[in-house]
Amino acid sequence: MTGQTGFHAALLDPSAPVPPGLTDGAGRAAGRRFAVYRNNVAVSLTEALIEGFPACHRLLGDDTFRGMAGAYLREHPPASPVMAQFGADLPGFLDAAPQLARMRWLADVARLEYGLRLSYHAADAVPLDGTALAAMAAEDLSASTFGLAPAMRLLRSDWPALSIWRKAMNPSAPQAANRPEDILIARPDYDPEPHLLMPGDAAFVAALSDGAPLGQVAEQALTAQPDHDTTRILGLLLQTGSLTPPQPETMP
Amino acid sequence: MSITKLPHGPGVGYKPQHYAAILDDAAPVRWLEIHAENYTGAGGRPIAQLRHLAERFPISVHGVGLSIGGEGPLDPDHLARLKDLCDWLNPASFSEHLAWSTHDGAFLNDLLPLPYNAATLTRVADHIDALQDAIGRPMLLENPSSYLAFTDSTMSETEFLAEVSRRTGCGLLLDVNNVFVSATNLGLDARQYVADFPMDRVGELHLGGHDEDEDDHGAPLLIDSHGREVADPVWTLLDDVLARLGPAPLLIEWDTDVPDWPTLAAEARRGETALTRAANRVAA
Repeated sequence: MTGQTGFHAALLDPSAPVPPGLTDGAGRAAGRRFAVYRNNVAVSLTEALIEGFPACHRLLGDDTFRGMAGAYLREHPPASPVMAQFGADLPGFLDAAPQLARMRWLADVARLEYGLRLSYHAADAVPLDGTALAAMAAEDLSASTFGLAPAMRLLRSDWPALSIWRKAMNPSAPQAANRPEDILIARPDYDPEPHLLMPGDAAFVAALSDGAPLGQVAEQALTAQPDHDTTRILGLLLQTGSLTPPQPETMP
Repeated sequence: MSITKLPHGPGVGYKPQHYAAILDDAAPVRWLEIHAENYTGAGGRPIAQLRHLAERFPISVHGVGLSIGGEGPLDPDHLARLKDLCDWLNPASFSEHLAWSTHDGAFLNDLLPLPYNAATLTRVADHIDALQDAIGRPMLLENPSSYLAFTDSTMSETEFLAEVSRRTGCGLLLDVNNVFVSATNLGLDARQYVADFPMDRVGELHLGGHDEDEDDHGAPLLIDSHGREVADPVWTLLDDVLARLGPAPLLIEWDTDVPDWPTLAAEARRGETALTRAANRVAA
């Protein structure tokens, strides 16, 4: 009898013997025929990680990335057949990897890459028309709340994760300066783009996403950063289609 | 009721890099097949492209991850995804594989084999019943490519598929390349397999390319790679199938090292020629 538990365990452990009860067409032991399945599993999942985390792949180098991917796919195999979701645990795995102690920023590059992928598949939204906003009276604007596009994502890194990602994807990009970076992922149409945020912007976006009215949002950003430029971040959100129409006031 | 709503002509597995070429001139391709698992997201380009293509072409949804042959129950979250996709897309066909891919909550991203016996027959039939109930339409079940055999199999693959189809009412998807690959790998007669196959249940044909390797004894071991042109002996076997079946929806699968559109369209044209020959034979 060859149960799937034994088959599964032997698939993921190249040193394990081929499970019993598997043969070629003449009744001889299956031998390397079993390796076809072993290879399909390891290679297809590794390729999925390379495709999903291209900057991490370049930063680690092919051999190191494949070695890491082999350990990852055994510890965190996909939990669903939707491969777009595979790799959700990779940032945490990289954070905890002892051999990557000198590359702690790599996990945030992985978070950025996974965030770009989630943004790519996120629901569409009708963006807010900026001209409608410009026509509003100041006090109405200040009392308005806004929605955020499902494809928009905010990422706060203790490292220059965006600069490192840009340099990995495009070697002629400037060298990363050693400082924390807040990143906005926005998807104007179908292609997600990361944007570097200024100090106070992340507080602004977080307050917006909590559903605070714009006046309060701007105050919170000013508390985080006294010279915060509300117009700039509002412009970025509008121009990338990240703001959705004002929400009607909801009664508590 | 007909077993398929797909046109009796050539189709291809849809790849996003061919989007513009297909909208420009898809000939001779008359329908498209997508992998269900790539279109279960909430939105973005994949869904937008699929909506647009579905206005112009019949779409076949081909699942590659339900694990119908799995020992465990079907994943209810995945069943719900497939139902949502079928609900909004209303595809011309839904198909899945006689294989397993998930065990103990882990998805292994490969089509893994199972023995053919009374116990696995009951399990597979139960899973197909559950799927057909969930999506509210009959499915087509595809024969796998095999690299090994099980000592606890008690029936042939064609007997197994015929009985599953009889019990569940599902149709069958005959992958002609898989027949050739399995027959070569297991020392079986591919033409006999075709002769034994319940052709009255077939709603779609697949053709794809394979790679060649060897086993421990130097015997040929063909790998179902979908990464090149369909091999000549597989085209010959297709003629044998079409002589028994008559014209049918015929899909060219090319999933790795995906070629440019003219190369893929040329494979579809070769399929169209084989279908035309079969139609002329029927008419004669």
